[in-house]
Amino acid sequence: MTRYIIRRLLQTIPLLLIISVILFVLANKMGDPLASFGGRRRIRSDDRERLTRKLGLDKPILVQYAIWLVGNDWMRVDIDGDGIPDEYGTRKGVLRGDFGKSFMEKRPVLEIIRERVSNTLILMLTCEVVILIFSLLIGIYSALRQYSTLDYVFTAFSFIGYSMPIFWLALILMYIFAVNFKQWGLPYFPTIGMYDLAVGRTVGQIAWHMVLPVATISIMSVAGYSRYVRSQMLEVISQDYIRTAYAKGLPERMVIMGHALKNAALPLVTIVGMDLPLLLSGAVVTESIFAWPGMGRLFWSAAQDTDIPVLMGILVIISALVVIFQIITDITYTFLDPRIRYN
Amino acid sequence: MTTTEVSWEFFEEEIERPPLTPAQVAWRRFRCHKMALVGVGLLIAIFLYVIVGAFIYSEADANRTDLSITLSPPSRDHPLGTDGTGRCILARTIYGGQISVLIGLSAVIVSVTVGVLIGAISGYYGGHIDAILMRFTEAMFNIPQLFLLILLAKLLSGKIPTFKLLGRSFSGSVIVIIGVIGLTSWMYLARIVRANFLSLKEQEFVTAARCIGSRNFSIIFEHILPNSVAPIVVAATLGVASAIINEAYVSFLGLGVQPPTATWGNMLDQAYHHLDSEPWMWFFPGMLILLTVLGINFVGDGLRDALDPRALTQTE
Amino acid sequence: MAPLLEVQDLTTRFYTLDGIVHAVNGISYTVEEGDTLGIVGESGCGKSVSVLSVMGLIPEPPGKIAAGQVLYKGQDLLQLDQKQMERIRGKEIAMVFQDPMTSLNPVLTIGHQIGESLIVHLGMGQKEARRQSVELLDMVGIPQAADRYSDYPHQFSGGMRQRAMIAMALACSPNIFIADEPTTALDVTIQAQIIDLVKTLRDQLGMAVIWITHDLGIIAGLAEKVLVMYAGFFIERGSVDDIYGDPRHPYTLALLKSVPRVDRTSKERLAVISGLPPDLLGLPPGCPFAPRCTYMVEQCRKENPCLEPIGFGHEIACWVDVTTGRER
Repeated sequence: MTRYIIRRLLQTIPLLLIISVILFVLANKMGDPLASFGGRRRIRSDDRERLTRKLGLDKPILVQYAIWLVGNDWMRVDIDGDGIPDEYGTRKGVLRGDFGKSFMEKRPVLEIIRERVSNTLILMLTCEVVILIFSLLIGIYSALRQYSTLDYVFTAFSFIGYSMPIFWLALILMYIFAVNFKQWGLPYFPTIGMYDLAVGRTVGQIAWHMVLPVATISIMSVAGYSRYVRSQMLEVISQDYIRTAYAKGLPERMVIMGHALKNAALPLVTIVGMDLPLLLSGAVVTESIFAWPGMGRLFWSAAQDTDIPVLMGILVIISALVVIFQIITDITYTFLDPRIRYN
Repeated sequence: MTTTEVSWEFFEEEIERPPLTPAQVAWRRFRCHKMALVGVGLLIAIFLYVIVGAFIYSEADANRTDLSITLSPPSRDHPLGTDGTGRCILARTIYGGQISVLIGLSAVIVSVTVGVLIGAISGYYGGHIDAILMRFTEAMFNIPQLFLLILLAKLLSGKIPTFKLLGRSFSGSVIVIIGVIGLTSWMYLARIVRANFLSLKEQEFVTAARCIGSRNFSIIFEHILPNSVAPIVVAATLGVASAIINEAYVSFLGLGVQPPTATWGNMLDQAYHHLDSEPWMWFFPGMLILLTVLGINFVGDGLRDALDPRALTQTE
Repeated sequence: MAPLLEVQDLTTRFYTLDGIVHAVNGISYTVEEGDTLGIVGESGCGKSVSVLSVMGLIPEPPGKIAAGQVLYKGQDLLQLDQKQMERIRGKEIAMVFQDPMTSLNPVLTIGHQIGESLIVHLGMGQKEARRQSVELLDMVGIPQAADRYSDYPHQFSGGMRQRAMIAMALACSPNIFIADEPTTALDVTIQAQIIDLVKTLRDQLGMAVIWITHDLGIIAGLAEKVLVMYAGFFIERGSVDDIYGDPRHPYTLALLKSVPRVDRTSKERLAVISGLPPDLLGLPPGCPFAPRCTYMVEQCRKENPCLEPIGFGHEIACWVDVTTGRER
């Protein structure tokens, strides 16, 4: 088992390198990184030249990547452009935990990300709990009562659910539960931010502000997940061992909970394992619409500002988590499924 | 003890009739799939809307601004209202629909081409080629698609100028969006095709083809690929749906097709600012996206059931 | 006194996309206490469906029991609700399935799966169920039963799994034990062991056995009464001696000829039944075997014959007397 884990971890190294190269090239080519460097001010052209050299933007892209990866504090950087190296660089490189400084905010990337992570986690973990509860309930019910009226209703809703752009769903929910409810004099939900500035960051405020974003994300995901649970469950209950369980005279509840659910839940572990790291990235679109100060919104504003260090920080962290969670999922699997033993 | 309503003659005819081809079987199953038929109906309605509509409203109607009637609610002249510059929303959804559907279909052609090529080469040749291509595929797969969309859309925006085709002028951004969506959604298909090729290339008919001296190219495209058509068709169909949704996302984030060319997606990019006072501006384009994508998903689901050899034959 | 199990005119159909599958078409039989009944037929002839219908294990939809009665001790099982049926299944009538590889739940231990019925039907506690399960495993010949109790199915060989299945079925000492081709998926040597095991346990426990198979050889040494099934109909019924010594239906005859026998000269070629079993989607109006039958006469195409007695306890459904080759 240990050997298996080590082997898997070693395999991730080239994978992460390839991912980071792809991302680095894309991110650096997507626009002028200095465009927003000075905030609203325009940068003078000699400043621009100096900055370009200081940030190493004049170097070939792969050299830039190498510096991003291992830093430049072990070599001298030519800042005035006379061809003679002047002083040692200041970057430590990603491998030593230095993701650089934000072009916009001039603060370390990790610091900025850390501020946003908790906001995203609050939102996304709530979503995940809601999603799991509802999709399991709906999926199992639909599978057991296949072709019942309620099954058709759930099926119709889930198809509609995942045929919508998420922002449109958000707009509809906002229109009904914020705009219309307000007009009708009903208690209406807030559409922006995490809490009322006048009241402050209280649990009640955050929960209240979370209702619409959580509903938006959950409706979309439950639509997909519940279909998945349903088809898994249908697959399992058509298996011979379920027939055996019925033949033993076990009550349906025992057959479903004791025999079917464990088999049906195994593949769900994979999906949840793959989705968990994506939670951190937050829903870029949803967070932007609801002005939720999380990672997704951070990514979007960084993309608009071409703030490459921040973009790369988010992208690499998320991608690494995706890869690592895959390994964790596979290992979890071995504990849940007695048939699988990795060597 | 007789339980039949069928005559003997019919039975003999049944025996002599050649067995149904896989395509016939699939068609028979598809016909019985109620949701798929609803999907086909929806798609026909959408096609009529964007094509017949074009005979009633000209493209000039769709792009004519009239500052005296900006943001007017649905009326007799403009059944779906007007937008911020007084353009007719109905006319714009017709022409925007054409572009959105065009983007959906073309993006899938791009992603299917790339996915099938990479999957086929990887699966057929194996070895180092496979290792390199699959590492790349896996790497792309592990980056959330929306991130890739944003990066690529920003990277390529404004790189292609406006061009004319069939007497209409298209913003170059249409091509960019097609490319961006196509290039970020081929990974899943590549994996399916590769897996299919891995199992098929060891089978006798491939060995036979090799024995009679077929070239690799012909083995890949004439012998093995036709056997993977079913999953490709299903993935491609569902791909059109997600391409249309992705166009909407990219447009919503302001990176989509540039005006004046309308798409359902970029008609929504100002939606947020008109949330409470002008709901018609965002409701109708979104509804059209929903109906189209829903129709495609229904059809895709029907195709999957019809083409799946393991599918239960089930009614009611 | 009413027989232990009396099946009357049982008819089961499947409503599929391709049409209605007539899987079981009005079959009747009785099982007395301690009886051993063999049901023989090719695969796809409705044997399994006929017993699954008795157990109430037909998936609905697409399946449906369209007509008939299943009287167990005089009570119609088809009229019982789920709760009442649960008390019959596993407790009164138990069943072992064809494929031991897929019939055990892969993620639960063997012991757990045996203990379940004890807990549900006999109200045993966890500890008692465990002790009893080990005893059952021991009874069906699993060595070191106490150690194997907590094994998972994949750690068992095919034969051992089938033994475990049998232990599971016998847990509550059922009155009827249904075996649906339990040896088909096993090696020949293991087959013999399993058959011996069931024979021994039958004599020991005094239960009635319904054994389904396509293998005539197995039935010969096991059953007293034999039913031959074709296309969802019973086409011949009789004692073992009747069926093997004096088969009267062309299909039974053909089946027996297709069994390799050591007491015949090797020069004789093994007979095959030409053609395929009929498609249960659309049966012809006449005898379902007619298209493959070498004895066919005009009448066979017109009407499907009913089972009619031709001797004491020996019945066939055929228009032709195979001893003369002429219509009866």
